[in-house]
Amino acid sequence: MTMSLSRAAQRRLLLWALLLPMAVVNFVTFILPMLRLGMISFIEARPGGVLTDVFTFGNYIDFFRDPFSYKLIWNSLRMSLIVTLGTLVAAYPIALFLYRVNPVWRNILFVITISPLLVSAVVRTYGWMVLLGNKGLINGLLMSAGLIDGPIRLMNNELGVYIGLIEIMIPYMALALIAGFGRLDPVYEEAAAMLGANAFTRFYRIIVPLTMPGILLGCLLVFVLSVSSFITPKLLGGGRVFLLATEVYDQAIVRLEWTQAASTSVIVLLIFGLAMMLYTRIARRYE
Amino acid sequence: MIGKLTLRLKILVFFLYIFLLAPILVVLPLSFSNDTFMVFPPESWGVRWYVAMFEHEGLTRAFRLSLWLAAVVTVLSLLLGVPAAFAISRFQFRGRDLLLNTFTAPLLLPSIVLGLAILLVFVQARLLGSYSGLILAHLVVTTPYVIRIMVTAFGTMPPSVEEAATMLGASPFTVFRRITMPLMMPGLIASAALSFLMSFDEVIISLFVTGPQVRTLPVEIFDYVESRTDPMAAAISVALIVATLAIILILERTLGFSKAMGK
Repeated sequence: MTMSLSRAAQRRLLLWALLLPMAVVNFVTFILPMLRLGMISFIEARPGGVLTDVFTFGNYIDFFRDPFSYKLIWNSLRMSLIVTLGTLVAAYPIALFLYRVNPVWRNILFVITISPLLVSAVVRTYGWMVLLGNKGLINGLLMSAGLIDGPIRLMNNELGVYIGLIEIMIPYMALALIAGFGRLDPVYEEAAAMLGANAFTRFYRIIVPLTMPGILLGCLLVFVLSVSSFITPKLLGGGRVFLLATEVYDQAIVRLEWTQAASTSVIVLLIFGLAMMLYTRIARRYE
Repeated sequence: MIGKLTLRLKILVFFLYIFLLAPILVVLPLSFSNDTFMVFPPESWGVRWYVAMFEHEGLTRAFRLSLWLAAVVTVLSLLLGVPAAFAISRFQFRGRDLLLNTFTAPLLLPSIVLGLAILLVFVQARLLGSYSGLILAHLVVTTPYVIRIMVTAFGTMPPSVEEAATMLGASPFTVFRRITMPLMMPGLIASAALSFLMSFDEVIISLFVTGPQVRTLPVEIFDYVESRTDPMAAAISVALIVATLAIILILERTLGFSKAMGK
């Protein structure tokens, strides 16, 4: 009796062998944790953080009853929107420049534009602390130039977080914009110019609409990264900037309130979902 | 004038690049400060903080751990991700897209939420502050990139080349060694380099799963920067930037990194 497997069965076995290890790791480190996070957000904790198995909406009710929560949501949304717009304004000229410059410079500058991605966010944030601190480079320059008498406060407030985050997000935004610049053809601009459009009109009526898919993708990416950013607000905010992401960390690590941290995380995920939905609705119009 | 670079745009872009690179460049002069506190410009110069950095036991231990961790995570990411990517791009089966999306979904989630979720499972499984816990947590970050890159790599690799070799009498092993392997090499290098750098730099998820005895370098630096204001963090930053540059230069010289990144 021969026990050789059919070709189809062999293929099936090979497929399982290829996929199973990755599927197991994915389940243990991603699916299971996310399910547990959702579950724990509906569980009651005894004082001291010990988990019970009592089902409750209490964590969410507590969240929405606390006026501080609305401040956190408002702070996170406002900061993420300002950072997104600031990054767009800063990255757009870079992307336009890269698109128009000759190929040699384009390759060099492209590498320079994305190279900060390879430097840890902690290091880049520390660089901003050196620049913006009371005894930092900018205050030092301004004081030695006699423009100010004492140091002005550039960090440990929201301003510092904005500056640091916008700089950290520029490479992501630039990458998304460059990817969307493919549709931009100088022919359209020439046509518009011949029909009498000035530079300003050409920019707003030709260049911006044509590059809209890249703009939208970049904005989604930066918004989503800003909502969940934590290192930069923590270090440049100096404990004075309160956001959803910093609250999740404080609840989980500092105060060990895991059930509340879980429900705050679910709120963050909902904001994520809403941003994605808004993006797909707007992006559909520009397809 | 149409579609050309105006002087105004050039000047604007020049200042934007200064803004972009300033925080990376500014740590270099500060790292050679001999002052006790961070003052800019430094009042005295020297290599005091580089010496202090190498003598700081917590930092050197964290550095060794991070290096070891990144190497282990890179090897495991390839061992897990490459076969899965091969199956997804070369086999037809039900739920293929769903599986690809599940494998790459951690990429889209905020690290802070993912970190908390992993903490909640690891605390039960007693994996917090353990080496295996750290490795597993880092695999969540690195495997989505490996799978994305390798699915693209296998997708652009025409199966007809392999079929031709088989028809000409090459054994499956020879086909893999002589055809498949060289063709997927750029993707493998890109995956390995990205995994290594991602793991070495990972800080948010690590903050949730490290213990007092098992601390990675980025976590150690984060705590240091948060609590101290001496120029040693600048010395560490310069060392990290130089190390990253060295890795990229070595890869570029030996294997053609920019080609591997699909540029």
